[in-house]
Amino acid sequence: MGGQLRLQPRTEQKLVQLFMYLMTSIAVLVLVFILVVILRNGLPQLSLEFLTHNPADMGREGGILSTIVATIFLTFIALLVATPLGVGTAIYLTEYTVESRVTRIIRFGAECLAGIPSIIFGLFGFILFVNKLRFGWSILSGGLTLAFMVLPTIIRTSEEAIKAVPSAYRLVSFSLGSTRWQTVTRVVLPSAIPGIVTGVILSIGRSIGETAAVIFTAGSALRMPNSLFSSSRTMSVHFYILAKEGVSMPKAYGTAAVLVISILVINIVTYYLMEKYIKRKS
Amino acid sequence: MKQRGILVRDFSHYYGQTRSLNRINLDIYRNEILGIIGPAKSGKSTFLACLNRLNDLIPGSRVEGKILVDDQDIYGPEVDVVALRRKLGMVFATPVPLPLTIYENIVFGVRLLGNNNRRELDQVVEDSLEKAGLWTEVKDRLHTSALKLSGGQQQRLCIARVLALKPQYIMLDEPTSGLDPISTMKIEDSLRSLKKDYTIILVTNNTKQAARIADRTAFFMMGELVEIDETPVVFTRPSDKRTEAYLEGKFG
Repeated sequence: MGGQLRLQPRTEQKLVQLFMYLMTSIAVLVLVFILVVILRNGLPQLSLEFLTHNPADMGREGGILSTIVATIFLTFIALLVATPLGVGTAIYLTEYTVESRVTRIIRFGAECLAGIPSIIFGLFGFILFVNKLRFGWSILSGGLTLAFMVLPTIIRTSEEAIKAVPSAYRLVSFSLGSTRWQTVTRVVLPSAIPGIVTGVILSIGRSIGETAAVIFTAGSALRMPNSLFSSSRTMSVHFYILAKEGVSMPKAYGTAAVLVISILVINIVTYYLMEKYIKRKS
Repeated sequence: MKQRGILVRDFSHYYGQTRSLNRINLDIYRNEILGIIGPAKSGKSTFLACLNRLNDLIPGSRVEGKILVDDQDIYGPEVDVVALRRKLGMVFATPVPLPLTIYENIVFGVRLLGNNNRRELDQVVEDSLEKAGLWTEVKDRLHTSALKLSGGQQQRLCIARVLALKPQYIMLDEPTSGLDPISTMKIEDSLRSLKKDYTIILVTNNTKQAARIADRTAFFMMGELVEIDETPVVFTRPSDKRTEAYLEGKFG
């Protein structure tokens, strides 16, 4: 019965291909659309002055230097804390334990953490770092909050990367008389680095773009941060305030353009370096 | 004349509830090539893993009985497993170069001991590759990736890497199973010449290989040692019907 409704294999193949092609195009088009809107409105705002001056008059005038610096510091602290914690957890889960109830609970916990909305992280950071630990609205509070937010990503990607290292490498390493730790540091991690770095890049992107978790914890002061305890405003928070309070749409677009371009540049540069690393290894 | 290096006494091994080796008794003499043959799942590879305790890495692995290597009970409480594994170097069925250069693969085990003296490492690399019959082929590209070598070269690299540990025993688990006849011949040649300095335990699926190079041959089946004797004896007048049947190709 169904047989009569069947298409010629070749026609079917063509249709499926067309369908896949359409789906892919839509995905790419969305990206292109976003980029075009941001860059068309934002690029005209960009100038050396925009990048090298602090905001003035609540952001109506001047540049965004202090917000760039704040973003860099915050992201740096987040990754400084989250990378060792995340990679360490991943090493523990993959190399130092056998699959058990405990590892499943840890993994489940990490996955739940990944599903929590960022604004809840903001609230958590506000209660713990800003209030309880008295770090105040500061780069430190914001950075630590971001660290917890990106931790699951780093654990997950590192774990996948470590698991993808052929088990034969470990066997060989042990058979040549290495301890577990030597196997991890000399064989497993070097092979897993591309995957781990991918997780770190994803986390950098998320940290740079994060607004909700940061606005509660790092504050929104416009002056140049001068210590870990300075309240400061990141680019994404700056964009949010400029746009939402209707301070200055052109400046908001300018900020957005800088954000988007820096994330693009980070991605391109790291993938380029990664390619070189992988080529050198094989 | 024949000195005993390894003594296996009533040795059994279990994976969880499954018994993979059943009360094995055998001696391995110094400077001999002991061939171990037998059908799949006969416990040959497990036996090797028990000798250098790589079986420790498998959850649920358990042993009974004794193995003495140079008079030391290797399952005793004060055994240094890392030192044991250096003493009994292991070459696996599939050549597994680590994703490093040829040079770094060879010195991997030496560096683990904290020796980073360039001149000594250079010497180790040359000696080991020379002994494994690979030096002339790779001496001009020591610092290129080991993954670029052919399968046969990779396996000789793995042998050289084991030699760099200065082991006393070399265990090979079907080292030529994936190789062409010429590479196989080269490896068999190296093993013959290595015999004077090392004791070699060769697990092989290829009975002819055992006939060619083993001094004595052990036949394993379903976790049991069926017989062990001088190679010509095993191949021409085996004392057990199962050995005869296996060698005639009736199963396995």
